Amino acid sequence: MSESPPPVIEIQGLQTRFGENIVHQDLNLTVRQGEILSVVGGSGSGKTMLLRQMLGLEKPAMGIVKVLGQDMDSSDRVALQQLRNRWGVLFQQGALFSALTVFDNVALPMRELRVLPESMISNAVLLKLNMVGISPGDAIKLPADLSGGMIKRVALARALALEPELLFLDEPTAGLDPLLSEGFVELIRSLHQELRFTVVMVSHDLDTILALSTQIAVLAEKRVIAKGTPQEVLAVHHAFIKDFFLGERGRRALNDKNDIVQTSERGVG
Amino acid sequence: MHVIASGCWRVEALARPGVIPALLSRLNSLPDAVAAKWDLSRITAMDYIGAQLLWDGWGGKKPQQLLLSHGQEGLFDRLTQVGPLALPEKEESSFWSFYWIRKWTCSLLDHLSGLVGLVGQFMLDLILFARNPRQGPWKEISANIFHAGAQALGITAVVGFLIGIVLSFLSAQQLHIFGGDVYLVNILGMSIVRELGPMLAAILVAGRSGSSMTAQLGVMRVTEELDAMLVMGLPHGFRLILPKIIALAISMPLLVVWTDAIALIGGIGAARLQLGLSPTYFILKLPDAVPLANFWIGLGKGFVFGILIALVACHFGLRIKPNTESLGRGTTISVVTAITMVILADAVFAIIFRGVGFR
Repeated sequence: MSESPPPVIEIQGLQTRFGENIVHQDLNLTVRQGEILSVVGGSGSGKTMLLRQMLGLEKPAMGIVKVLGQDMDSSDRVALQQLRNRWGVLFQQGALFSALTVFDNVALPMRELRVLPESMISNAVLLKLNMVGISPGDAIKLPADLSGGMIKRVALARALALEPELLFLDEPTAGLDPLLSEGFVELIRSLHQELRFTVVMVSHDLDTILALSTQIAVLAEKRVIAKGTPQEVLAVHHAFIKDFFLGERGRRALNDKNDIVQTSERGVG
Repeated sequence: MHVIASGCWRVEALARPGVIPALLSRLNSLPDAVAAKWDLSRITAMDYIGAQLLWDGWGGKKPQQLLLSHGQEGLFDRLTQVGPLALPEKEESSFWSFYWIRKWTCSLLDHLSGLVGLVGQFMLDLILFARNPRQGPWKEISANIFHAGAQALGITAVVGFLIGIVLSFLSAQQLHIFGGDVYLVNILGMSIVRELGPMLAAILVAGRSGSSMTAQLGVMRVTEELDAMLVMGLPHGFRLILPKIIALAISMPLLVVWTDAIALIGGIGAARLQLGLSPTYFILKLPDAVPLANFWIGLGKGFVFGILIALVACHFGLRIKPNTESLGRGTTISVVTAITMVILADAVFAIIFRGVGFR
């Protein structure tokens, strides 16, 4: 390994605006290889917008967004397509194609490469589904016949179909009950250890954030006010961080993470 | 035999053109792949796609002599542990088998009973409405009349006008051969007032409003708005279906009159150009050539067609399942069925009123 690998995501001087309303102003963010970064912030702080800008679904008013070294504003169609094969995205509602079966949904990214033989795709898809705990019997079902938890897992299998280096998760545990959401977090963590991808995630769920993240970026006042390990972020003095992590709800979530609470209380107190 | 694999075995490298076929032919050319001595330690990077390629080449078994580098064990351990996976066999049945016949019959009966249920519910809602008109869905009715009626004036006018011109032009040419120029009024008046006006309006409304009604109900199903209405105590029949049917029953006859008028204007214009038939003569002759009964039949058709279109649109709209494919298919079937029903009803009208309205 070289002394410092290039950052996976690099955002510099980003500005986002809707008419007169400025959402992000001079926002900087760097994500390094192997990190699990959670972007947190209040409602309307532009977390999802930031994610969409990283994915190239929205164009910022100003600033540079570089993903895996590729400028998202570039017009190089081939380079952007290659980039899109190197990341996987898990949408909040799964965004499975409802006209295709579970199997075809996961096979779609592999088939779109147009070089892999069908027998191999079949084995690879069933392996990916096996990794997320979906049996071959469920693979022939349509997304409409699946429960919410299964849809999320199938969507994760589709996001991982091409072995991405970078995985985006939009509210990965929203709409799952606590037990399912714990299982899903465990699944992402074990796959992260096995496949060693970088994760960028947007979430509201404190349990998920604290269970998964190695890094947290806090969005407030139109920029990233703190970025670092959970301990470092909790030690920052800021009204939003205090409310978000150390309120009634936050304390409950932090309960089984004693080491973090102690560090943070030392920091805050 | 000793096989050494090297280089990058990740999906982006394998996806380059020509790489996979070359690797596969190489793998298949080995006489007994799994018995050979494999050295994978020189592979710089590998993922599950690359590992799967080798694994399939080995026939789903780990070779006895396999040299792996650190980090590759995990891939092959999982492949070994998962073992062979296969999709369950699908039941294939031939096109004309008993299964399909039964399925078609069931779906036909299902649609029929659904439609009968819808008509029954509509009747009950209508009685409820008549008993207590002040609490009726007046706003919804008015909105539907605006969308299905007022906003359809433009398209029905354009189509009616052009059809009037074409019909008049073609008939005038033929009649001129036989020296029967004056009978153009009979042909145009009869065909437009009795047949074409109602049909044109019905087909346009089925395509325009029928599809939008089906899609609206379908999207409401997808977004759970239908369920939200039910739990608030707003029945679908009274608040969604009744206003649509009443609105089309009111606006369709009016659209028929409008289409008739515009088509006749187009026909009069073309007759003036082609035969030199004066508009005044045409209008004065019209009441003689077309008995009033035909006008009432046309209006009645418009009324019945409107109800049919709304019923079919609501029937298919309520059956849409919450997914995108069902929405598209439901809307298509709704329009096709509505137009077919309109044409069938038109044939029934022709039979029932075969002795009415002729001289």
